[in-house]
Amino acid sequence: MTPRVAITGMGAVTPLGVGTAPLIERWSSGECAIENGFGRCRDFEPTEFLARKEARRTDRFTQLAMVAADEALTQAWEDALPYEPDRIGCVIGTGIGGLGSLERQHDVLRDRGAKAVSPLAVPLLMGNAAAAAVAMRHGIHGSSFGVMSACAAGAHAIGAALRMIEAGEADVVVAGGAESALADVAIAAFAAMGATSPTGISRPFDARRDGFVMGEGAGVLVLEDAEKAHARGAEPLGEILGYAASSDAHHLTAPEPSGRHAARAIGLALRNAGLAPEDIDYVNAHGTSTPLNDRSETEALKAALGEDAHRTPISSTKSAIGHLLGAAGAVEAIATVEALQRGLAPPTVGWEERDPDLGLDYVPGQARPLKRRRNGDGAKPLVGLSNSFGFGGHNAVLCLAA
Amino acid sequence: MPTQATADSVEQVIFDGLAELGAEGEVSRVATFEDLDVDSLDLVELAQIVEDEFDVELQGEDVKDLQTVGDVIDLVVARAQ
Repeated sequence: MTPRVAITGMGAVTPLGVGTAPLIERWSSGECAIENGFGRCRDFEPTEFLARKEARRTDRFTQLAMVAADEALTQAWEDALPYEPDRIGCVIGTGIGGLGSLERQHDVLRDRGAKAVSPLAVPLLMGNAAAAAVAMRHGIHGSSFGVMSACAAGAHAIGAALRMIEAGEADVVVAGGAESALADVAIAAFAAMGATSPTGISRPFDARRDGFVMGEGAGVLVLEDAEKAHARGAEPLGEILGYAASSDAHHLTAPEPSGRHAARAIGLALRNAGLAPEDIDYVNAHGTSTPLNDRSETEALKAALGEDAHRTPISSTKSAIGHLLGAAGAVEAIATVEALQRGLAPPTVGWEERDPDLGLDYVPGQARPLKRRRNGDGAKPLVGLSNSFGFGGHNAVLCLAA
Repeated sequence: MPTQATADSVEQVIFDGLAELGAEGEVSRVATFEDLDVDSLDLVELAQIVEDEFDVELQGEDVKDLQTVGDVIDLVVARAQ
């Protein structure tokens, strides 16, 4: 029998602060952490958490992942690993990797020549650096690797981790996403393709939306074979019920307008969870605030959920923190679990003007209570979907419960 | 202008460099790189710092078998002569 997979630890560093608590509490109260057109982790000073040497040898995206992983693992277990280290895996996604380090070393190469380029350049910038650093820090000896699928990387990482546990390859996988790409070349490049908001405002699903706002951060979850977690007395925070992924094969950056392949991923994730659209209590949308994503995502939700799309509250974490690219899927999975635990749908912050082409319930204004349904045994867990779609046409959908 | 490489000036630059690299424990001439948790990547960076300061050329090969901080100081001073 395929094992069920519980979430036993979660950690986040986001523009709303260090920790999962500020993420859910401040977002739920309608705060937006975007300043001057960027979602920076202004409270995050790596040397507060890492030794000087660790900080020197890691790019900021890796540092964010290490601190998020520390929070998640401390929550999952106090000190000693409850499993053999070779039964623990680590999968951390990123969209871009250590771009700031690459930029700085390129300056060194140009100004001072090849001999001055740091021997740390590659381990700083490589996309798998976060997975490697977290595995090293915690003595993890199972399979560890990075995942790159642009803005779907965090969700793909969690999906890969889920399958590793289901296949019996690991008892625990530390999974998530990390990004810190607020570097000049990325800022210029996203602007050049017209993806980012010229007004610097993230307002997903609003008629006035004009692009996404770049953010940085990391989210890490501890996924664990649920039966084994129960046996060691761990308190699960939630459960991963299902996952699916698909590809648009349509355009390098634009989503397929009908959203049919995204819809297929949503439908398959539901099927993987053994659920129907009527079972969904909340959708944490990819909701980037770009004209194209928010329309095609809305189409995908209508196609996948049918009539149920219209009664389901849908909100976007990006309205509060901007777009964390390869970290987004993981941070938003955490936000989804926290929202379900608290029994509320946080708002799409700043949503005011209805777009006649969209027309679903994007939770304007303030957080809204979610009604727990009851079955014979009492209140059922709430169930949510978390969508992630990446440049390149990568669609990844998680079905979560808490 | 490169700094003149005397035993004192080289020692100072290397001690400062090791602190900058985040070496662990007490930095001294007799400390081994193992004690200081300084690995091959750190040594290449240290060699880059020394080259910039004293205009001596060090290859990774030159430093990779050295055991103590004093060994590196002596090598740099000798090379600078």
